[in-house]
Amino acid sequence: MNAHNDTSLSIAQPHGLRLSAKVGLGLVGLGLLLITAAWFGAKLPAAPGLLAVSLILLAAGTVIHARGLYLHLPEGIKNNGVWLRSISSKGAVAWLIGIVLTGFYVLLYWFPQYLGLGSKDVPNSGLVAFFDPLSRLLNGNPASQWFVYGTLYTVAILAMGYKFILKYRHNRYQVVRTISVMFFQTGFAFLIPELLERLNSGKPYFDKDLKNMWPLNYDFFFDWHLGNLLKGGNFGLFMLIFGVAMIFLISPILTYFYGKRWYCSWVCGCGGLAETAGDPFRQLSDKSLNAWKIERWLIHSVLVFVTLMTVAVIYSYLAQNDGKLWIGKDAFAWGTAAFFLVAGGLVFAFRKRFEGLKDQTAWLVGGVSVIIGGILLINTFSDAKHILFINSFELRKVYGFLIGAAFSGVVGVGFYPLMGSRVWCRFGCPMAAILGLQQKFFSRFRITTNGGQCISCGNCSTYCEMGIDVRAYAQRGQNVVRASCVGCGICAAVCPRGVLKLENGSTDLSARTDETRTIRIGKEGVSLL
Amino acid sequence: MHVVILGNGISGITAARFVRKLSDYQITVVSSETDHFFSRTALMYIYMGHMRFQDTQPYEPQFWKKNRIDLKRARVERLDAGSKTLHFDSGETLAYDKLLLATGSKSNKFGWPGQDLKGVSGLYHYQDLETMEAYSPGLKRAVIVGGGLIGIEMAEMFHSRHIPVTFLVRETSYWDGILPAEESQMINRHIRENGIDLRLQTGLKEIEDDGTGRVCAVITDKGERIECGYVGLTAGVSPNIDFLKDSGLETNRGILVNEYLQTSLPDVFAAGDCVELRQPQPGRRAIEAVWYTGRMMGETVAYNIVADTAVNRQPSTINRQRYNPGIWFNSAKFIDIEYQVYGDIQARAPESHVSIYWEHPEGRKSVRIVYDKNTSSVLGFNLMGVRYRHEVCNKWLREKTPVETVLQNLALANFDPEFFKTYEKEVIAVYNRQSGRNLASKRQGRLDEVIQFLKGRAVESRG
Ligand SMILES: Cc1cc2nc3c(=O)[nH]c(=O)nc-3n(C[C@H](O)[C@H](O)[C@H](O)COP(=O)(O)OP(=O)(O)OC[C@H]3O[C@@H](n4cnc5c(N)ncnc54)[C@H](O)[C@@H]3O)c2cc1C
Ligand code: SF4
Ligand code: SF4
Repeated sequence: MNAHNDTSLSIAQPHGLRLSAKVGLGLVGLGLLLITAAWFGAKLPAAPGLLAVSLILLAAGTVIHARGLYLHLPEGIKNNGVWLRSISSKGAVAWLIGIVLTGFYVLLYWFPQYLGLGSKDVPNSGLVAFFDPLSRLLNGNPASQWFVYGTLYTVAILAMGYKFILKYRHNRYQVVRTISVMFFQTGFAFLIPELLERLNSGKPYFDKDLKNMWPLNYDFFFDWHLGNLLKGGNFGLFMLIFGVAMIFLISPILTYFYGKRWYCSWVCGCGGLAETAGDPFRQLSDKSLNAWKIERWLIHSVLVFVTLMTVAVIYSYLAQNDGKLWIGKDAFAWGTAAFFLVAGGLVFAFRKRFEGLKDQTAWLVGGVSVIIGGILLINTFSDAKHILFINSFELRKVYGFLIGAAFSGVVGVGFYPLMGSRVWCRFGCPMAAILGLQQKFFSRFRITTNGGQCISCGNCSTYCEMGIDVRAYAQRGQNVVRASCVGCGICAAVCPRGVLKLENGSTDLSARTDETRTIRIGKEGVSLL
Repeated sequence: MHVVILGNGISGITAARFVRKLSDYQITVVSSETDHFFSRTALMYIYMGHMRFQDTQPYEPQFWKKNRIDLKRARVERLDAGSKTLHFDSGETLAYDKLLLATGSKSNKFGWPGQDLKGVSGLYHYQDLETMEAYSPGLKRAVIVGGGLIGIEMAEMFHSRHIPVTFLVRETSYWDGILPAEESQMINRHIRENGIDLRLQTGLKEIEDDGTGRVCAVITDKGERIECGYVGLTAGVSPNIDFLKDSGLETNRGILVNEYLQTSLPDVFAAGDCVELRQPQPGRRAIEAVWYTGRMMGETVAYNIVADTAVNRQPSTINRQRYNPGIWFNSAKFIDIEYQVYGDIQARAPESHVSIYWEHPEGRKSVRIVYDKNTSSVLGFNLMGVRYRHEVCNKWLREKTPVETVLQNLALANFDPEFFKTYEKEVIAVYNRQSGRNLASKRQGRLDEVIQFLKGRAVESRG
């Protein structure tokens, strides 16, 4: 064969895998095997060491695999064969992984005993027990199924994040962003809370992940959580104040400056998993107009649902503690109603300033009035426990089951290989809904289009994990300002003609979405801009 | 009023969309290639597995119905301009009031022996992709003939599937009729870095038959025999107008049109790749077979079709528009190296053109800015692996901006993603070395600055 002709330099098909890439996969397999063996109660010698070995196998295997996959190739976009491989094109392998993942989530949420979760009298066994040593080391207690999950989740983000960085190593935006999600997951979501748990071990549990905001963290305002925060001393109080500041102050300001990406593709844990472990599946998101319609209805309904539920829960909490706190239930209900009225009214009053508002005004105002109406009803008809004749505890149970577990976990991650990596973020996450509304109407962020350079190829739309038809904007020279855009920057990375750029600027805030046709017919002929 | 558009490529479809925007006429788009409009430029990505065919279609199937654009899948065999009818190969006919010919190009074949064998094909139509696909399983080697944009795409396609590729390029360096020497050599290196067997200064002599009517080898003009199971002919394209030869239409290499994109026949217009302009704008060619000109012509011709109709002869009419594509721009991607060009960049530049050329030490990025020696106004930008803003470059070029102003404000043009290293300083340093000047960059390139610049404010740099 000719010296100038090295076919192994392409990565289209599995048979092209280099030895090191295969070895890496093998090590991952071995790690999984060990974990599975522990789960099914195999008598494994020296379990603490073995846990470390299996986690290292998972991580190191992925690292070796990724190096074998990418390092020998010139830097650049690595999408060869994506739609030709079973795993990334909804083939048999994808279904298999989807079913296994879904099954795991079902066990995790509803049948943790099968993972080996013990109770007061029964010690942990199987998989959960396998993680006991690490849990004891970090927080001083035996593991829970959530500790197992958190550990595996973090390992997945770290290992797959490394792979992602190699894949996009020519693109510094991608590298920096990925280091950020890896950092926030490992530090803020995993290590710091576990260590704080140890330091606060005498006090009742409350959430210690600083970046975990309501409404993604929907139980933040639950009575038990508020109660525990208040019992949590200075640190508990800090978490309460910081949590509220996050929602009403920090996040709107950051979103104004940078768009929702500061959270969704730089900080958030769900986003972090989607961007790293979910990256091979981003092309599976549905780009049709229909999907967009469903998305808007669904995600805003969830937002209304979580808001109503939270108000109801706080209301019952206040009702039970009437007189004991600085705010009473009536003041709260009327205050909340007034807040929404004013916010809704402001948006309505200034709708002319915002290009994209026209079509959405209806549901926006509708959503707000539903919330207000709901709150008023609560106040009129409810005693401490009943809201709209429904028990507020029932309401939160329904939310926790439907949205918190089934949607965000089982569907959200379990369906990665079938519906893409951002199903939850796109259709369900109420946090994304709020940040999205801010991004759409009051943010400096947009994706600019480079004049007339678009060739309508479709790479941008195909690889948009949020299912945004980026091309529809790019080919007519229009900026992309979409509530759902998480600013991952992949559309700009895969564009073969250098058409897209994520940018922030305040100069033309209200005209960001103007339709500037690429070509403009005028007296002087065809011109740009 | 029935507007019939022959060809569902970018030219025909852009015209259809704008005729719909401007009028209520009945619109029928005819094509034999595919049911729906797709992006021809994305053909390679289907083969390489980046996208499925449906992903290359910019509009969803229901778009056409919603916009009342009728689609007809049929091959036109003959145009009868006298009775204003198209004749299909099925024997059916279709009458029109206004006709737009947007029939695109076809791959060139230069009479090589064996050029019609099985396993020999160009890459232009969707069907060519199917041919490539059919011959790919078990393929031991593909030979690609012709070093242009489509040739390198085809080389990348086979390469992506581990099929060894030999790439025959007649010139002394890849695409050196268009690219200046340094950029052209950068691409030579990049092709080889990817493990593709690039043979420069090598042409095709003949293609060998394996005895069953299928290709088995090529013989180069150097007498070398290269065994292969597939030959890609990518030595350029030419207007696809053979079936119009007897229609009375004036043609040369393409369909001849005036500045309003009217042909020599009444009520017949033409746009896109198939067109040859009688009087191209200064500095532009008579035939420009690129996506962008197709899109611009499609929009222009829509105005002219609607303006030309009796129905429209009232006050508040839509005016005719001259086709004026403005300043040349183009882009491509050579495997992993992106390429953008704005303005007048010539491979063998006249003596009056001065180049400022900076190349990254790793040899995969470069910036070239060309200006006029006498007037010192900027003439063109040639970018490899670096993205520049179209509007900003266009404005500088249109306003014949002095090159020093351009350099001081160069950051305004940068369009690379956030956190990317910028190279304005390096480019300015090259100029300073060349001219003994001591310029410095005066901009950060923030979006706010760019928008203000484009809106005409703060044209002069601050400070
Ligand atoms: C592989 C490839 C890559 C390219 N990449 C780029 C790029 O990166 N940038 C760029 O600027 N340009 C690129 N081009 C060129 C660009 O695609 C063309 O300039 C553009 O598509 C021409 O559009 P059009 O509408 O004029 O013609 P076409 O897209 O060719 O459309 C004409 C249609 O008419 C149909 N037709 C013709 N005759 C008949 C008939 N008698 N009966 C029925 N139907 C008929 C044809 O089948 C065809 O579907 C590329 C071309 C190819 C092939
Ligand atoms: S539009 Fe682009 S940046 Fe936004 S989510 Fe989609 S791919 Fe990411
Ligand atoms: S913006 Fe880029 S990726 Fe998207 S369709 Fe246009 S050229 Fe293709």
